[in-house]
Amino acid sequence: MRDDRVLFEAIGFTLTPGGIIQLEGPNGSGKTTLLRAICGLAPIERGHVAWRGTPRDEVLDEFLAALTYMGHVPGVKRDLTPRENLATNRALTTMEPAMPADTAFDRVGLDGLADTPLRRLSAGQVRRAALARLLVAPTPLWLLDEPLTALDADGKRMLERLLADHAAVGGMILISTHHPLDLADTGAQRIRLGD
Amino acid sequence: MRLGQAFCAMLGRDIRLAIRQRGELAQPLVFFAAVATLFPLALGPEPALLERIAPGIIWVAALLAALLPMDRMFRPDYEDGTLEQMLLSPHPASVLALAKVVAHWLTTGVPVILLAPLIALFLQLPMEALPVLLATLALGTPLLSLIGAIGVALTVSLRAGGPLLALLLLPLYVPVLIFAAGAVERAAAGFPVAGPIYLLAAMLVLALTLAPMAIAASLRISLS
Repeated sequence: MRDDRVLFEAIGFTLTPGGIIQLEGPNGSGKTTLLRAICGLAPIERGHVAWRGTPRDEVLDEFLAALTYMGHVPGVKRDLTPRENLATNRALTTMEPAMPADTAFDRVGLDGLADTPLRRLSAGQVRRAALARLLVAPTPLWLLDEPLTALDADGKRMLERLLADHAAVGGMILISTHHPLDLADTGAQRIRLGD
Repeated sequence: MRLGQAFCAMLGRDIRLAIRQRGELAQPLVFFAAVATLFPLALGPEPALLERIAPGIIWVAALLAALLPMDRMFRPDYEDGTLEQMLLSPHPASVLALAKVVAHWLTTGVPVILLAPLIALFLQLPMEALPVLLATLALGTPLLSLIGAIGVALTVSLRAGGPLLALLLLPLYVPVLIFAAGAVERAAAGFPVAGPIYLLAAMLVLALTLAPMAIAASLRISLS
Protein backbone atom coordinates (compact mmCIF):
# COMPACT_ATOMS: atom_id res chain seq x y z
CA MET A 1 0.00 0.00 0.00
CA ARG A 2 1.18 3.50 -0.71
CA ASP A 3 -1.08 6.49 -0.06
CA ASP A 4 -4.07 4.16 0.24
CA ARG A 5 -3.36 2.69 -3.17
CA VAL A 6 -2.93 -1.05 -3.42
CA LEU A 7 0.39 -1.56 -5.17
CA PHE A 8 0.38 -5.32 -5.29
CA GLU A 9 -1.41 -8.22 -3.72
CA ALA A 10 -0.97 -11.95 -3.56
CA ILE A 11 2.78 -11.98 -3.99
CA GLY A 12 4.62 -14.81 -2.39
CA PHE A 13 8.15 -16.04 -2.67
CA THR A 14 10.78 -17.82 -0.68
CA LEU A 15 14.46 -17.01 -0.82
CA THR A 16 16.72 -19.95 -0.08
CA PRO A 17 20.46 -19.84 0.66
CA GLY A 18 22.33 -19.21 -2.57
CA GLY A 19 19.24 -17.74 -4.18
CA ILE A 20 18.86 -14.50 -6.06
CA ILE A 21 15.50 -12.96 -6.83
CA GLN A 22 15.33 -10.06 -9.24
CA LEU A 23 12.33 -7.77 -8.90
CA GLU A 24 11.28 -6.13 -12.13
CA GLY A 25 8.56 -3.76 -13.08
CA PRO A 26 7.89 -0.28 -14.38
CA ASN A 27 8.34 2.85 -12.23
CA GLY A 28 5.73 3.02 -9.51
CA SER A 29 5.00 -0.69 -9.56
CA GLY A 30 6.05 -1.05 -5.93
CA LYS A 31 9.54 -2.51 -6.05
CA THR A 32 10.88 -0.11 -3.44
CA THR A 33 7.76 -0.44 -1.29
CA LEU A 34 8.09 -4.23 -1.34
CA LEU A 35 11.74 -4.10 -0.29
CA ARG A 36 10.98 -1.59 2.46
CA ALA A 37 8.09 -3.71 3.67
CA ILE A 38 10.27 -6.79 3.87
CA CYS A 39 12.92 -5.09 5.97
CA GLY A 40 10.29 -3.48 8.20
CA LEU A 41 10.58 0.17 7.18
CA ALA A 42 7.14 0.20 5.56
CA PRO A 43 4.01 -1.34 7.08
CA ILE A 44 2.46 -4.41 5.53
CA GLU A 45 -1.29 -4.15 5.06
CA ARG A 46 -1.90 -7.86 4.79
CA GLY A 47 0.53 -10.74 4.75
CA HIS A 48 3.68 -11.63 6.58
CA VAL A 49 7.42 -11.93 6.30
CA ALA A 50 9.16 -14.90 7.84
CA TRP A 51 12.86 -15.30 8.59
CA ARG A 52 14.10 -18.90 8.74
CA GLY A 53 10.52 -20.05 9.19
CA THR A 54 9.65 -17.73 12.10
CA PRO A 55 7.63 -14.53 11.71
CA ARG A 56 10.09 -11.67 11.24
CA ASP A 57 8.92 -9.60 14.19
CA GLU A 58 9.51 -12.46 16.63
CA VAL A 59 13.15 -12.74 15.59
CA LEU A 60 13.65 -9.12 14.68
CA ASP A 61 17.12 -8.79 16.23
CA GLU A 62 18.36 -11.88 14.45
CA PHE A 63 16.75 -10.73 11.21
CA LEU A 64 18.26 -7.23 11.38
CA ALA A 65 21.68 -8.68 12.22
CA ALA A 66 21.46 -10.79 9.05
CA LEU A 67 20.21 -7.99 6.83
CA THR A 68 21.90 -5.42 4.65
CA TYR A 69 19.47 -3.04 3.00
CA MET A 70 20.61 -0.54 0.44
CA GLY A 71 17.98 1.92 -0.68
CA HIS A 72 17.59 4.30 -3.60
CA VAL A 73 19.81 6.79 -1.81
CA PRO A 74 23.04 4.98 -0.98
CA GLY A 75 23.05 5.80 2.76
CA VAL A 76 26.48 7.39 2.96
CA LYS A 77 27.54 10.83 4.18
CA ARG A 78 28.87 13.16 1.49
CA ASP A 79 31.14 15.04 3.89
CA LEU A 80 32.92 11.87 4.97
CA THR A 81 35.43 9.75 3.10
CA PRO A 82 34.61 6.20 1.95
CA ARG A 83 36.75 4.89 4.79
CA GLU A 84 34.89 6.93 7.44
CA ASN A 85 31.53 5.93 6.00
CA LEU A 86 32.52 2.30 6.03
CA ALA A 87 33.74 2.51 9.63
CA THR A 88 30.37 3.91 10.76
CA ASN A 89 28.45 1.31 8.80
CA ARG A 90 30.53 -1.44 10.29
CA ALA A 91 30.02 -0.15 13.82
CA LEU A 92 26.26 -0.35 13.23
CA THR A 93 26.38 -4.05 12.39
CA THR A 94 27.16 -6.93 14.70
CA MET A 95 29.26 -8.77 12.10
CA GLU A 96 32.96 -9.45 12.37
CA PRO A 97 34.69 -7.70 9.46
CA ALA A 98 35.25 -10.19 6.65
CA MET A 99 38.08 -8.29 4.97
CA PRO A 100 40.14 -5.18 5.58
CA ALA A 101 38.64 -1.95 4.31
CA ASP A 102 41.39 -1.45 1.73
CA THR A 103 40.77 -4.83 0.09
CA ALA A 104 37.07 -3.97 -0.13
CA PHE A 105 37.81 -0.59 -1.74
CA ASP A 106 40.11 -2.31 -4.26
CA ARG A 107 37.38 -4.74 -5.21
CA VAL A 108 34.71 -2.10 -5.72
CA GLY A 109 37.16 -0.05 -7.79
CA LEU A 110 37.90 2.75 -5.36
CA ASP A 111 41.60 2.13 -4.82
CA GLY A 112 43.36 5.38 -4.08
CA LEU A 113 40.10 7.20 -3.34
CA ALA A 114 39.41 5.78 0.11
CA ASP A 115 40.37 9.03 1.82
CA THR A 116 38.70 11.50 -0.53
CA PRO A 117 35.44 13.03 0.76
CA LEU A 118 32.47 11.71 -1.20
CA ARG A 119 31.43 15.19 -2.25
CA ARG A 120 34.46 15.23 -4.54
CA LEU A 121 33.62 11.87 -6.10
CA SER A 122 31.18 11.13 -8.91
CA ALA A 123 27.74 9.61 -8.33
CA GLY A 124 29.00 6.23 -9.53
CA GLN A 125 31.96 6.34 -7.17
CA VAL A 126 29.63 7.22 -4.28
CA ARG A 127 27.57 4.16 -5.18
CA ARG A 128 30.74 2.04 -5.18
CA ALA A 129 31.69 3.42 -1.77
CA ALA A 130 28.29 2.31 -0.48
CA LEU A 131 28.71 -1.14 -2.03
CA ALA A 132 31.98 -1.67 -0.15
CA ARG A 133 29.82 -2.31 2.90
CA LEU A 134 28.52 -5.53 1.33
CA LEU A 135 32.06 -6.90 1.25
CA VAL A 136 33.23 -5.84 4.68
CA ALA A 137 30.12 -6.98 6.54
CA PRO A 138 28.68 -9.74 4.34
CA THR A 139 25.38 -10.41 6.11
CA PRO A 140 23.50 -13.41 4.70
CA LEU A 141 20.59 -11.38 3.33
CA TRP A 142 20.97 -8.47 0.93
CA LEU A 143 18.05 -6.30 -0.11
CA LEU A 144 19.28 -4.01 -2.86
CA ASP A 145 17.09 -1.32 -4.37
CA GLU A 146 18.32 -0.24 -7.82
CA PRO A 147 22.00 -0.76 -6.92
CA LEU A 148 22.97 -0.14 -10.56
CA THR A 149 21.99 3.53 -10.38
CA ALA A 150 24.89 5.67 -11.61
CA LEU A 151 27.19 2.66 -12.13
CA ASP A 152 29.07 2.38 -15.43
CA ALA A 153 29.52 -0.83 -17.46
CA ASP A 154 32.55 -1.81 -15.42
CA GLY A 155 30.65 -1.10 -12.20
CA LYS A 156 27.79 -3.27 -13.40
CA ARG A 157 30.17 -6.17 -14.02
CA MET A 158 31.72 -5.61 -10.59
CA LEU A 159 28.28 -5.78 -8.98
CA GLU A 160 27.30 -8.91 -10.94
CA ARG A 161 30.47 -10.57 -9.70
CA LEU A 162 29.69 -9.46 -6.15
CA LEU A 163 26.18 -10.93 -6.37
CA ALA A 164 27.39 -14.20 -7.90
CA ASP A 165 30.10 -14.59 -5.26
CA HIS A 166 27.64 -13.93 -2.46
CA ALA A 167 25.16 -16.46 -3.85
CA ALA A 168 27.96 -19.00 -4.26
CA VAL A 169 28.72 -18.92 -0.53
CA GLY A 170 25.06 -19.34 0.38
CA GLY A 171 23.98 -15.71 0.59
CA MET A 172 20.47 -14.56 -0.28
CA ILE A 173 19.81 -11.58 -2.49
CA LEU A 174 16.66 -9.72 -3.38
CA ILE A 175 17.44 -7.06 -5.92
CA SER A 176 15.23 -4.58 -7.72
CA THR A 177 16.37 -3.22 -11.03
CA HIS A 178 15.06 -2.44 -14.47
CA HIS A 179 18.40 -3.06 -16.07
CA PRO A 180 19.05 -6.57 -17.34
CA LEU A 181 21.59 -8.27 -15.10
CA ASP A 182 23.87 -11.00 -16.32
CA LEU A 183 23.29 -13.59 -13.62
CA ALA A 184 22.92 -16.60 -15.89
CA ASP A 185 25.09 -19.00 -13.85
CA THR A 186 23.42 -18.28 -10.54
CA GLY A 187 19.91 -19.55 -11.19
CA ALA A 188 18.42 -16.16 -10.42
CA GLN A 189 14.62 -16.01 -10.46
CA ARG A 190 12.66 -13.05 -11.71
CA ILE A 191 9.48 -11.60 -10.27
CA ARG A 192 7.59 -9.01 -12.26
CA LEU A 193 5.43 -6.46 -10.45
CA GLY A 194 2.81 -4.17 -11.89
CA ASP A 195 1.26 -6.34 -14.62
CA MET B 1 30.44 -3.59 24.32
CA ARG B 2 29.43 -3.58 20.65
CA LEU B 3 26.59 -1.26 21.52
CA GLY B 4 29.11 1.07 23.15
CA GLN B 5 31.18 1.00 19.96
CA ALA B 6 28.11 1.76 17.86
CA PHE B 7 27.19 4.64 20.20
CA CYS B 8 30.70 6.09 19.97
CA ALA B 9 30.84 5.61 16.18
CA MET B 10 27.58 7.51 15.78
CA LEU B 11 28.66 10.25 18.19
CA GLY B 12 32.06 10.57 16.53
CA ARG B 13 30.60 10.65 13.04
CA ASP B 14 28.16 13.44 13.87
CA ILE B 15 30.77 15.54 15.65
CA ARG B 16 33.14 15.08 12.71
CA LEU B 17 30.40 16.12 10.30
CA ALA B 18 29.63 19.20 12.39
CA ILE B 19 33.30 20.19 12.39
CA ARG B 20 33.47 19.76 8.59
CA GLN B 21 30.52 22.17 8.23
CA ARG B 22 31.98 24.94 10.35
CA GLY B 23 29.67 27.62 8.98
CA GLU B 24 26.65 25.82 10.37
CA LEU B 25 28.43 25.40 13.68
CA ALA B 26 28.67 29.19 14.09
CA GLN B 27 25.05 29.93 13.19
CA PRO B 28 23.36 29.29 16.56
CA LEU B 29 26.13 31.20 18.33
CA VAL B 30 25.75 34.29 16.17
CA PHE B 31 21.98 34.01 16.48
CA PHE B 32 22.23 33.75 20.27
CA ALA B 33 24.37 36.90 20.47
CA ALA B 34 22.18 38.76 17.95
CA VAL B 35 18.90 38.03 19.75
CA ALA B 36 20.40 38.97 23.12
CA THR B 37 21.67 42.30 21.74
CA LEU B 38 18.29 43.20 20.22
CA PHE B 39 16.73 43.77 23.63
CA PRO B 40 19.03 46.56 24.88
CA LEU B 41 18.73 48.16 21.44
CA ALA B 42 14.95 48.13 21.68
CA LEU B 43 14.53 48.89 25.38
CA GLY B 44 17.38 51.30 25.99
CA PRO B 45 20.63 50.69 27.82
CA GLU B 46 19.66 51.58 31.43
CA PRO B 47 21.64 49.19 33.70
CA ALA B 48 18.81 48.83 36.21
CA LEU B 49 16.34 47.70 33.55
CA LEU B 50 18.82 45.35 31.86
CA GLU B 51 19.82 43.86 35.20
CA ARG B 52 16.17 43.14 35.88
CA ILE B 53 15.41 41.47 32.52
CA ALA B 54 18.80 39.89 31.74
CA PRO B 55 17.93 36.35 33.00
CA GLY B 56 14.84 36.24 30.83
CA ILE B 57 16.60 37.63 27.76
CA ILE B 58 19.52 35.22 27.99
CA TRP B 59 17.23 32.26 28.37
CA VAL B 60 14.87 33.27 25.55
CA ALA B 61 17.90 33.84 23.31
CA ALA B 62 19.37 30.46 24.29
CA LEU B 63 16.05 28.77 23.60
CA LEU B 64 15.72 30.33 20.16
CA ALA B 65 19.35 29.52 19.39
CA ALA B 66 18.64 25.89 20.30
CA LEU B 67 15.61 25.85 18.03
CA LEU B 68 17.45 27.20 14.98
CA PRO B 69 19.70 24.17 14.23
CA MET B 70 17.26 21.60 15.66
CA ASP B 71 15.95 20.46 12.29
CA ARG B 72 19.48 19.50 11.22
CA MET B 73 19.52 16.75 13.83
CA PHE B 74 17.79 14.17 11.60
CA ARG B 75 16.91 15.88 8.31
CA PRO B 76 20.27 15.44 6.53
CA ASP B 77 20.28 11.79 7.60
CA TYR B 78 16.75 11.38 6.34
CA GLU B 79 17.73 12.79 2.97
CA ASP B 80 20.88 10.76 2.41
CA GLY B 81 19.47 7.45 3.66
CA THR B 82 21.71 7.07 6.70
CA LEU B 83 18.64 7.35 8.94
CA GLU B 84 17.21 4.18 7.39
CA GLN B 85 20.52 2.46 8.00
CA MET B 86 20.40 3.53 11.63
CA LEU B 87 16.91 2.11 12.10
CA LEU B 88 17.86 -1.16 10.38
CA SER B 89 20.87 -1.67 12.61
CA PRO B 90 20.54 -4.61 15.01
CA HIS B 91 21.47 -2.18 17.79
CA PRO B 92 18.56 -0.43 19.57
CA ALA B 93 17.58 2.67 17.58
CA SER B 94 16.94 4.56 20.83
CA VAL B 95 20.59 4.30 21.89
CA LEU B 96 21.85 5.35 18.45
CA ALA B 97 19.38 8.24 18.41
CA LEU B 98 20.65 9.30 21.84
CA ALA B 99 24.17 9.39 20.41
CA LYS B 100 22.95 11.77 17.73
CA VAL B 101 21.23 13.99 20.31
CA VAL B 102 24.39 14.10 22.43
CA ALA B 103 26.47 15.02 19.38
CA HIS B 104 23.96 17.69 18.46
CA TRP B 105 24.02 19.14 21.97
CA LEU B 106 27.83 19.10 22.09
CA THR B 107 28.02 21.04 18.82
CA THR B 108 25.13 23.48 19.33
CA GLY B 109 24.33 23.64 23.06
CA VAL B 110 27.80 23.70 24.60
CA PRO B 111 29.04 26.64 22.45
CA VAL B 112 26.02 28.65 23.64
CA ILE B 113 26.87 27.85 27.26
CA LEU B 114 30.45 28.99 26.65
CA LEU B 115 29.31 32.25 25.10
CA ALA B 116 26.72 32.94 27.82
CA PRO B 117 29.07 34.62 30.37
CA LEU B 118 29.98 37.22 27.76
CA ILE B 119 26.34 37.95 27.00
CA ALA B 120 25.59 38.05 30.74
CA LEU B 121 28.33 40.64 31.23
CA PHE B 122 26.97 42.65 28.34
CA LEU B 123 23.45 42.62 29.84
CA GLN B 124 24.66 43.63 33.30
CA LEU B 125 23.63 40.39 34.95
CA PRO B 126 24.90 40.48 38.58
CA MET B 127 28.08 38.43 38.90
CA GLU B 128 26.71 36.30 41.71
CA ALA B 129 23.99 35.01 39.37
CA LEU B 130 26.49 33.83 36.75
CA PRO B 131 27.19 30.34 38.22
CA VAL B 132 23.45 29.76 38.46
CA LEU B 133 22.98 30.89 34.86
CA LEU B 134 25.63 28.42 33.71
CA ALA B 135 24.10 25.65 35.83
CA THR B 136 20.64 26.23 34.36
CA LEU B 137 22.08 26.28 30.84
CA ALA B 138 24.06 23.10 31.48
CA LEU B 139 20.90 21.35 32.67
CA GLY B 140 18.46 23.10 30.36
CA THR B 141 20.10 23.00 26.92
CA PRO B 142 20.43 19.18 26.81
CA LEU B 143 16.78 19.09 27.85
CA LEU B 144 15.92 21.33 24.90
CA SER B 145 17.87 19.02 22.57
CA LEU B 146 16.15 15.88 23.89
CA ILE B 147 12.63 17.34 23.66
CA GLY B 148 13.48 18.90 20.31
CA ALA B 149 14.68 15.58 18.92
CA ILE B 150 11.22 14.07 19.43
CA GLY B 151 9.70 16.94 17.45
CA VAL B 152 12.30 16.65 14.70
CA ALA B 153 11.75 12.89 14.49
CA LEU B 154 8.02 13.47 14.04
CA THR B 155 8.38 16.16 11.36
CA VAL B 156 11.43 14.88 9.48
CA SER B 157 9.47 13.44 6.57
CA LEU B 158 7.43 16.63 6.04
CA ARG B 159 8.74 18.96 3.37
CA ALA B 160 7.99 22.17 5.30
CA GLY B 161 8.78 20.68 8.69
CA GLY B 162 10.76 23.68 9.97
CA PRO B 163 7.99 26.17 10.86
CA LEU B 164 5.78 23.37 12.15
CA LEU B 165 8.62 22.18 14.33
CA ALA B 166 8.92 25.60 15.99
CA LEU B 167 5.17 25.69 16.68
CA LEU B 168 5.32 22.17 18.07
CA LEU B 169 8.34 22.73 20.30
CA LEU B 170 7.88 26.22 21.75
CA PRO B 171 4.99 25.23 24.06
CA LEU B 172 6.98 22.18 25.20
CA TYR B 173 9.92 24.42 26.05
CA VAL B 174 7.85 26.64 28.35
CA PRO B 175 8.44 24.65 31.58
CA VAL B 176 12.21 24.64 31.00
CA LEU B 177 12.14 28.38 30.37
CA ILE B 178 10.06 29.14 33.48
CA PHE B 179 12.24 27.19 35.89
CA ALA B 180 15.58 28.13 34.32
CA ALA B 181 14.95 31.86 33.94
CA GLY B 182 13.24 31.84 37.34
CA ALA B 183 16.28 30.32 39.00
CA VAL B 184 18.63 32.91 37.49
CA GLU B 185 16.30 35.71 38.53
CA ARG B 186 16.17 34.41 42.10
CA ALA B 187 19.94 34.15 42.17
CA ALA B 188 20.26 37.75 40.93
CA ALA B 189 17.96 38.85 43.75
CA GLY B 190 19.96 36.85 46.29
CA PHE B 191 17.40 34.13 47.01
CA PRO B 192 18.18 30.39 47.28
CA VAL B 193 17.87 28.52 43.98
CA ALA B 194 18.16 24.85 44.93
CA GLY B 195 14.48 24.16 44.19
CA PRO B 196 14.30 25.09 40.50
CA ILE B 197 17.78 23.64 39.85
CA TYR B 198 16.78 20.28 41.31
CA LEU B 199 13.60 20.37 39.30
CA LEU B 200 15.54 21.02 36.09
CA ALA B 201 17.88 18.16 36.97
CA ALA B 202 14.92 15.87 37.55
CA MET B 203 13.41 16.89 34.21
CA LEU B 204 16.73 16.16 32.49
CA VAL B 205 16.94 12.69 34.05
CA LEU B 206 13.37 11.97 33.01
CA ALA B 207 14.03 13.15 29.45
CA LEU B 208 17.29 11.16 29.24
CA THR B 209 15.40 8.00 30.17
CA LEU B 210 12.23 8.40 28.14
CA ALA B 211 13.07 10.67 25.20
CA PRO B 212 15.32 8.18 23.33
CA MET B 213 12.49 5.67 23.12
CA ALA B 214 10.06 8.35 21.96
CA ILE B 215 12.59 9.53 19.37
CA ALA B 216 13.09 6.00 18.00
CA ALA B 217 9.34 5.39 17.83
CA SER B 218 8.75 8.75 16.12
CA LEU B 219 11.47 8.04 13.56
CA ARG B 220 9.87 4.69 12.71
CA ILE B 221 6.52 6.41 12.19
CA SER B 222 8.10 9.10 10.02
CA LEU B 223 9.92 6.61 7.82
CA SER B 224 7.02 4.25 7.22
